[in-house]
Amino acid sequence: MSEKSKELAVAALRDGTVIDRIPSDALFKAVDLLGIADLGVSVTIGYNLQSNRLGKKGIIKVADTFFSPETLSRIAIIAPTAVVNTIRDYEVVDKQPVALPGEIVGLVCCDNPKCVSRNEPIPSRFEVVDRNPVTLRCHYCEHELSGDSIVLK
Amino acid sequence: MPSANENPTRSIVSIADLSKDEILSLLKLAAYFEEHPNSRLLDGKVVATLFFEPSTRTRLSFETAVNRLGGRIIGFSDPAATSTSKGETLKDTIKMVANYVDLIVMRHYLEGAARYASEVTEVPVINAGDGAHQHPSQTMLDLYSIFKTQGRLDDITVTMVGDLKYGRTVHSLLMALSHFRVKFNFVACDELRMPEEFRTFCDRNGIEYRESTDFSPEIIASTDILYMTRVQRERFTDLMEYERVKDLYNLDARMLDVAPDNLRVLHPLPRVNEIDQDVDDSPKAYYFQQAKNGLFARQAMICTALGIKVPADIH
Ligand SMILES: [Zn+2]
Repeated sequence: MSEKSKELAVAALRDGTVIDRIPSDALFKAVDLLGIADLGVSVTIGYNLQSNRLGKKGIIKVADTFFSPETLSRIAIIAPTAVVNTIRDYEVVDKQPVALPGEIVGLVCCDNPKCVSRNEPIPSRFEVVDRNPVTLRCHYCEHELSGDSIVLK
Repeated sequence: MPSANENPTRSIVSIADLSKDEILSLLKLAAYFEEHPNSRLLDGKVVATLFFEPSTRTRLSFETAVNRLGGRIIGFSDPAATSTSKGETLKDTIKMVANYVDLIVMRHYLEGAARYASEVTEVPVINAGDGAHQHPSQTMLDLYSIFKTQGRLDDITVTMVGDLKYGRTVHSLLMALSHFRVKFNFVACDELRMPEEFRTFCDRNGIEYRESTDFSPEIIASTDILYMTRVQRERFTDLMEYERVKDLYNLDARMLDVAPDNLRVLHPLPRVNEIDQDVDDSPKAYYFQQAKNGLFARQAMICTALGIKVPADIH
């Protein structure tokens, strides 16, 4: 991407959030998680953009919207490389990698059909045992999830 | 608040919750109860045995342990008789029972059920088995049997034979023995080999192990504890493979000719034909005493969970 087009892309956003460095294969999941279809604000989605670090990346720019830390931690589960830029008055006022919390409560479904968390009315609970690749261990049945076995609720 | 002759109460859900010191202290207590099986240590205490899944063997062992310690028991062995079958949540059942008792011993078909139960009540919970997940009292009785027959837990070789893939007892025993200097042989067919997760665990913790598909005399000759498990037909996706391997991991008396004198044969029971009847008369057969040790191991766990200090003469 040339310097000029980069400028244009950011310049289009006065206030809002830019989530960058999303692995391409996680982009549409991230779009889903952010609930973008229901936002009603202007959104720019970039898919399969060249990235030195990731090969192909995705980017999501959302006007006039600032996501909760909880929502962003959901993004961290599927796209741990993502970076969140907060834009105010055309300036990047904050730039943070998404933060995967040490414990993930209620977001991910345990893949063990005999797990108590799937059979009793309780939120699932996972400990993050590895960040790259993201590996979660169920607090109850101790099954470990990674890759495609991580299914968000 | 615990009084001077009480420790804090604690749940025992997973063998991984116990430190090396806690394991050693439980073994010491088990040895005490083997010498003094009958006492009034649980005088005035009520223990619930909640078996959401029937397991007569485990329930009788726990209930005998409570009785021999002078405690009283309430509970159920048939979940069909409880309101669980009417849709009551596990949390509600546990909270209701916790109103009446000092300790809950529970078995459940759902994995993680005991952990969850221990988090919804102040009353200590002992896990008597949660699905295919954990069964710490089985592991404690295995450890006690090894300790008793070998006089130590360090510098021994443990050979695990049969179903190393689904056998939760071998996985828990492996985790518990990781506190000690133990070498392992894993003897199983390819379809039932020790899962990668546990081999990685060994690698990470510097635990020496050797895998073999051949239950060879050479392996038996270098073994201190021979831990046999049952190879079950329903574990196989390929029944031809089951027919091929089903008798390869059976033990008979003749095979023990090469074994060192101190070798003992353990099995979590019930056995089918993986240990021939002719082994029963060998001085190396230990599986029936092993089951009896379960009583002492459970007495130790019950007193520890209740925070009861046992007489000073054991320390
Ligand atoms: Zn689980």
